[in-house]
Amino acid sequence: MSLLPNTAVLFGKELRTEFRSRELLTTTVVFILIVLFMFSISFRPTSDESRQIGPGLLWLAFLFAASLMLQHSFLSEQHNDTLSALRLSVSDPFAIFFAKLAANTLFLLLTELLLLPIFATMYNVPIVPVFHWLLLVFFLGSLGTAIVGTAFSAISAQARMRELLLPLLMLPLLTPILIVSTEVTKGLFDRAPYLQWEGVGFLAVFDLVFLTALWLFGEYLLEE
Amino acid sequence: MPPVSSPVGLRFENIDKRYGGLLALRGVSLTIAPGECVVFAGRNGSGKTTLLRIAARLVRPSRGTLSFSGDSTGGNENTVRPGFVAHATMVYDELTAEENLLLFARLQCVAQPENRVESLLQEVGLEGRRASLVRTFSRGMRQRMAIARALLHEPSVLLLDEPATGLDPQGVTWLAGTIRLLRDSGRTILMSLHGESEISSLGTRAVRLDAGSVVADTRTGATFRSILTFADA
Repeated sequence: MSLLPNTAVLFGKELRTEFRSRELLTTTVVFILIVLFMFSISFRPTSDESRQIGPGLLWLAFLFAASLMLQHSFLSEQHNDTLSALRLSVSDPFAIFFAKLAANTLFLLLTELLLLPIFATMYNVPIVPVFHWLLLVFFLGSLGTAIVGTAFSAISAQARMRELLLPLLMLPLLTPILIVSTEVTKGLFDRAPYLQWEGVGFLAVFDLVFLTALWLFGEYLLEE
Repeated sequence: MPPVSSPVGLRFENIDKRYGGLLALRGVSLTIAPGECVVFAGRNGSGKTTLLRIAARLVRPSRGTLSFSGDSTGGNENTVRPGFVAHATMVYDELTAEENLLLFARLQCVAQPENRVESLLQEVGLEGRRASLVRTFSRGMRQRMAIARALLHEPSVLLLDEPATGLDPQGVTWLAGTIRLLRDSGRTILMSLHGESEISSLGTRAVRLDAGSVVADTRTGATFRSILTFADA
């Protein structure tokens, strides 16, 4: 009953704290920019090479950046033990996850959309004709990344070596997202762009399965 | 402080809590009557904090059960939401005092949250700093925030883990006055303290923990004092 109102309140808190400091968005954008720039000056790919390797590079950069960004998600709740205060306050603990993964998806998506024009310019790839399809793929890919990353962020925040643990847990599980998102994006960057509906379907099912798992087992991840 | 309509008691039955190889609580059994004000004393690591976190349902016991009794809803553990003041302040440094309290008031579905937050800010003496970020607060002010957060939903059960931490003498006097009001309004209070103080004198019962076990439990004068001062009764 109180899941959605609690989620809305917590989502508002996530946005307020992030947009007040802009720490996450700034560092993530800068990280991805550095990766794209370094790759560009190291290999100097042609337009055709960019269409081939660009999507993989883009998604790899997104996933590595996400592993940095999502680390903060539950780590920030350890300071002052605010996670306990949230657990004492909400009726349904899934609201804590739901709000965080919604905020994380939004932050990832914002970062990706901010960097897409820079990538297109740097790698000479036209994006305007397929922008709406790119938006769909970015949304589904970011949602899957946020679901898995938020869940593992809750686990790793309580562990020693937490900075290393999150990428180690998260990245292998996100390999299917990397492969499929790269393939779908590659199709959209083609000289004759096309959308791989199977890939889009896979991303949607991946998101649904992991979201259901988080809904079923999320409460246990928050326990001390 | 409005009186509690249906006071709530607690019952710990044979509680064990194990963290890896460490047994933090061993077979703790306690029955706390509705409206009692219990002071837990004991050295660092004796299990006071663990017991309070179990009462808050933040920690699940490895063995044994916790139940609430006496409230109008039949003591269902899901309907009792204790107010908890811990070592950490449990508020966000990046939000203002008002934003923090409004956040938790809305999460707890407090009726007319703005009015409740307004009155609590006045009660804890932070109305002049409502728009300041909590990170600019002194330790004492943060502790007042923590207490305000715990009282937002007017809980029947209050759990206070060393609540005087960081408070100056005036702050301790203010806290003692607040706890007295809460106790007199029929709320059940469990608090962990170190030694005798203005606050410990408010207790109606003292329990001493040692190495995770209850080693003394009394409601009477001389023994009560010895439990708090670690003297042999």
